[in-house]
Amino acid sequence: MIAAFRIPGAGRLKQAETASFSFDGRPYAGVEGDTLASALLANGVHLVGRSFKYHRPRGFLSAGAEEPNALVEVKRDAARKTPNVRATVQELYDGLTAQSQNRWPSLSFDVSAVGDIASPLLSAGFYYKTFMWPKSAWKNLYEPKIRAAAGLGVAPDQPDPDHYSARYAHCDVLVVGGGAAGIAAALAAAETGVRVILADEQADFGGSLRFESGARIDGQDGFAWAQGAVAKLKAMDNVRVLSRTTAFGYYAQNFVGLVERVSDHLQSPGRDLPRERLWQVRASRVVLATGAIERHMVFADNDRPGIMLASAARTYLNHYGVAVGRNVGVYTANDSAYAAAIDLKKAGVGVAAIVDLRDNPTGPVIDEARALGIEVNFGRAVIRAGGKLRVSSMTVQPKNGGGERTIPVDAILMSAGWTPSVHLFSQSRGKVAFNDETKRFVPGAYAQDCVSVGACNGTDGLSATIDEAYAAGAKAAKDAGVKNAGADTVKGAKPKVDASESWSRGMLGAAPGAGADTTVKAFVDFQNDVTAKDIRQAVHEGMRSIEHVKRFTTNGMATDQGKTSNMHGLAIAAETLGKPIPQVGLTTFRAPYTPVTFGSIVGHARGPLFDPTRKTAIHPWAERQGAVFEDVGQWKRAWYFPKAGEDMHAAVDRECVTVRKTAGLFDASTLGKIEVVGPDAAKFMELLYTNPWEKLEPGRCRYGIMLREDGFIYDDGVVGRLAPDRFHVTTTTGGAPRVMNHMEDYLQTEFPHLNVWLTSITEQWAVIAVQGPKSRDIIAPLVEGIDMSDDALPHMSVREGKICGVPTRLFRMSFTGERGFEVNVPADHGQAVWEALWAEGQKHGACAYGTEAMHVLRAEKGYIIVGQDTDGTVTPGDAGLDWAVGKKKTDFVGIRGMARPDLVAKGRKQLVGLKTKDPKVVLEEGAQIVGDPKQAIPMTMIGHVTSSYWSQNCGRSIALALFAGGRDRMGETLYVPMPNGTIEVEVTGMVFFDEKGERLNG
Amino acid sequence: MLLIRCPYCEEERPELEFRNAGEAHIARSSDMAATSDDDFEKFFFIRSNPKGIIYERWRHMHGCARFFNAVRDTVSDRFLMTYKAGEPKPAKLPGASK
Repeated sequence: MIAAFRIPGAGRLKQAETASFSFDGRPYAGVEGDTLASALLANGVHLVGRSFKYHRPRGFLSAGAEEPNALVEVKRDAARKTPNVRATVQELYDGLTAQSQNRWPSLSFDVSAVGDIASPLLSAGFYYKTFMWPKSAWKNLYEPKIRAAAGLGVAPDQPDPDHYSARYAHCDVLVVGGGAAGIAAALAAAETGVRVILADEQADFGGSLRFESGARIDGQDGFAWAQGAVAKLKAMDNVRVLSRTTAFGYYAQNFVGLVERVSDHLQSPGRDLPRERLWQVRASRVVLATGAIERHMVFADNDRPGIMLASAARTYLNHYGVAVGRNVGVYTANDSAYAAAIDLKKAGVGVAAIVDLRDNPTGPVIDEARALGIEVNFGRAVIRAGGKLRVSSMTVQPKNGGGERTIPVDAILMSAGWTPSVHLFSQSRGKVAFNDETKRFVPGAYAQDCVSVGACNGTDGLSATIDEAYAAGAKAAKDAGVKNAGADTVKGAKPKVDASESWSRGMLGAAPGAGADTTVKAFVDFQNDVTAKDIRQAVHEGMRSIEHVKRFTTNGMATDQGKTSNMHGLAIAAETLGKPIPQVGLTTFRAPYTPVTFGSIVGHARGPLFDPTRKTAIHPWAERQGAVFEDVGQWKRAWYFPKAGEDMHAAVDRECVTVRKTAGLFDASTLGKIEVVGPDAAKFMELLYTNPWEKLEPGRCRYGIMLREDGFIYDDGVVGRLAPDRFHVTTTTGGAPRVMNHMEDYLQTEFPHLNVWLTSITEQWAVIAVQGPKSRDIIAPLVEGIDMSDDALPHMSVREGKICGVPTRLFRMSFTGERGFEVNVPADHGQAVWEALWAEGQKHGACAYGTEAMHVLRAEKGYIIVGQDTDGTVTPGDAGLDWAVGKKKTDFVGIRGMARPDLVAKGRKQLVGLKTKDPKVVLEEGAQIVGDPKQAIPMTMIGHVTSSYWSQNCGRSIALALFAGGRDRMGETLYVPMPNGTIEVEVTGMVFFDEKGERLNG
Repeated sequence: MLLIRCPYCEEERPELEFRNAGEAHIARSSDMAATSDDDFEKFFFIRSNPKGIIYERWRHMHGCARFFNAVRDTVSDRFLMTYKAGEPKPAKLPGASK
């Protein structure tokens, strides 16, 4: 069955191929190729939404991306609910479900429409003025209520199940816009052989050829020519043609963001299809062929459903075969609306009257309209529209006043003229220029390698457009360099225009009847409910710049970014100010051109793919053991290894005790590792670390401290000298990349005379720490070629040899205070060697321990962790590490910084130990410390707790803290005020266990 | 996203491959320990932050990993030229606005 307003034989859709859909729960039938808008209009539905602020009934203004009113929610399932979809853009598919927004309880009866009556309270800038007192009511009553009443759609509340893909693309010429101009430019460029991308936001190419029934190119109907030309382009290897693709942002150096809607138009998109694809295109040259957007007439109640742009009505008729009414009125200030009236009349739709604001226009379209018997009125204005949920009449008056006449209509087509779409040009930082004759902003000075052609460049008429575009396409290809192609000449022939339509001019601002002396609601910005009166009020209240008027009224600030409203708003502001338009200025256009989903920007970078996860070679073993992991930067590290029935506390206590009683195995693979190699390796180390290195014997290790130039600790780690020219440097887990960058920076730019090279070996070596009295007994049976006796391999030494038959760099070192080793093996062998060591360890009752036990054990010994016990303002002296600074050295990074007056002053914060008076109380890390708990609040805080743990080995809590005058306060009592009471602490040394360090050889 | 020419790779590559590394041509004293407080302040803390032409260091982090110098116009965000580390400040700038 054909829908009531579908005209048999009209339009380009196959009217037999139907698709069913629903809107607000009611079923309708549409046709394949429809948009949701054309399908609703075919069913006679105009009322589709309520406005943002006043909840006024709204219908379709346009047939394209500029639509401000017809925003709906499209729902595929519970998770796939997309709010604020422009019904004029959403393609219909069988089973589509759409719903209106911002209305309650229903679209035709909306309680909040009282906002329309109470509108004096809601005028421009109301949120700065009304509802201000009493103050508390704003927060508790006005704001939540106004927020609930105003607004657009509702965001989905479930994670987005769709996926989005991203592509980078390079081309010589990117053509944005696939109307006559864009196609002509793409043809000219493509025929030279350069790489071309042509993108258009619509499903079908052709732009305004979709409605321009009078255009004929190369002997064919304009739209048919466009399809043929695009088919030809698609067949070329050097051309990529993207439909349903919006160029939304123009960034530096011809970097253009496009979003391709891949599957929103499909009934059941396969799971392998992304919903959208983001194209990040770098083009040598960009051709902007973005067309122009028709403006509405600004008159009283111009927002009633059924009142729309003339070109939209023409598109619905000529492309979709849909009549927007049975008895339409036309209100215009230029020629283009005549063509709409003529097309509709010819299709059998009644045209009640054309009301033309101009006094005595002449031209072929006017003659044709008259010849068709359409009533044409010059010098008259529509001063108001009748009807509420649908327009029912237009009231006409001579524009200088006089008798009124009300004409019944069921739709009004309007045209105030065309606004060139300079959005992308403006985003490219090009400067627009005002053409005083045509009252248009057109591209002026260019900032990038791009060119505008056709309507967006203010070029009128199809012939001139194609001439300009074809020449620009050829030039862009030539300028882009034709090295990538075989030829530099255009092989094809320029399209020949046989017949075309042409119009320009029109009017800006409010029409008579909505002028300065009136209080009618003549809408300028439909989406944000801004009227001509609001803009005048803004000027009266002191706004002078268009930027201020915009923000005060919110004109042009809705999601349509003022595509239809900016010029009218500007003209009204200029008129009220008594200034010419260019002096008032145009607001800046910003990306995105139309709203872009978060999904398309995020692409695959979410969930597990948001950030890489790094796992060590031993990770699978730890997983099998039931380890609990913690995130350390990108690394997953085994935190603790709970046995059945153990909580974290019990597991960590057991691990700590076991390490000191027998031994423990720890995966230290995440430690940063850098190999410093070369004849000048020692000299380089001298400059990058505070310690002396020249005299460190090969085979020995040293704890190194790295400073920044300002004298503060940057990183630390044990460094082994493998050979005179080879150092194996370890860094903190989190610090590895920046330490490498820091070293490279100095090597490349400050010390380039040093013959050294640096290699990151973090991921090449797996590191297994074996710590505890039994550690040597566990390792020794597996090692070949290394004498493991204390004489041959003392504490802080390194040997190369083999373990389990694979190469090892075996460090004798300790981060626990126990006899300890760190077994470095090639990462591929990490798990096998770990398992062999684990088997040996089992014989001695060793355990695996995680990062938490590692932290406790090192704190028991007062070993610091850079980044936890230091914070970027701690010198070696502050941390009690003066001994690690080479006193005889004449240079190293930080040598001057650490001698700055403030860094050597008395009373600096120093790192010391704290013991709570009650040994069972464990301090909170980060807790503040005060000297006198009785002082008035706010108290003077002298420092904070940096590390704090329960130590099962000490049988009490232990803590490290950084506070003013630390080491001078040994034995003093200090206080840590907490919400549940103040905790007394005693200042102590940093070593809580085995103060003499005898266990290193125990 | 900007395109930056790496003077070592001799190619324009996208900004994503690079990291800014602060102002260029700030020499570290060869006698650092003897630097006066004032000179250290100038060396470590004071940066020009100009509106217009800035000389700065970049690193082709995800490419050749080399540090190099660049001249950029902070108003237009255009790179006027890039050159290798250690080379002197260019006497002439191509296409400088002022």
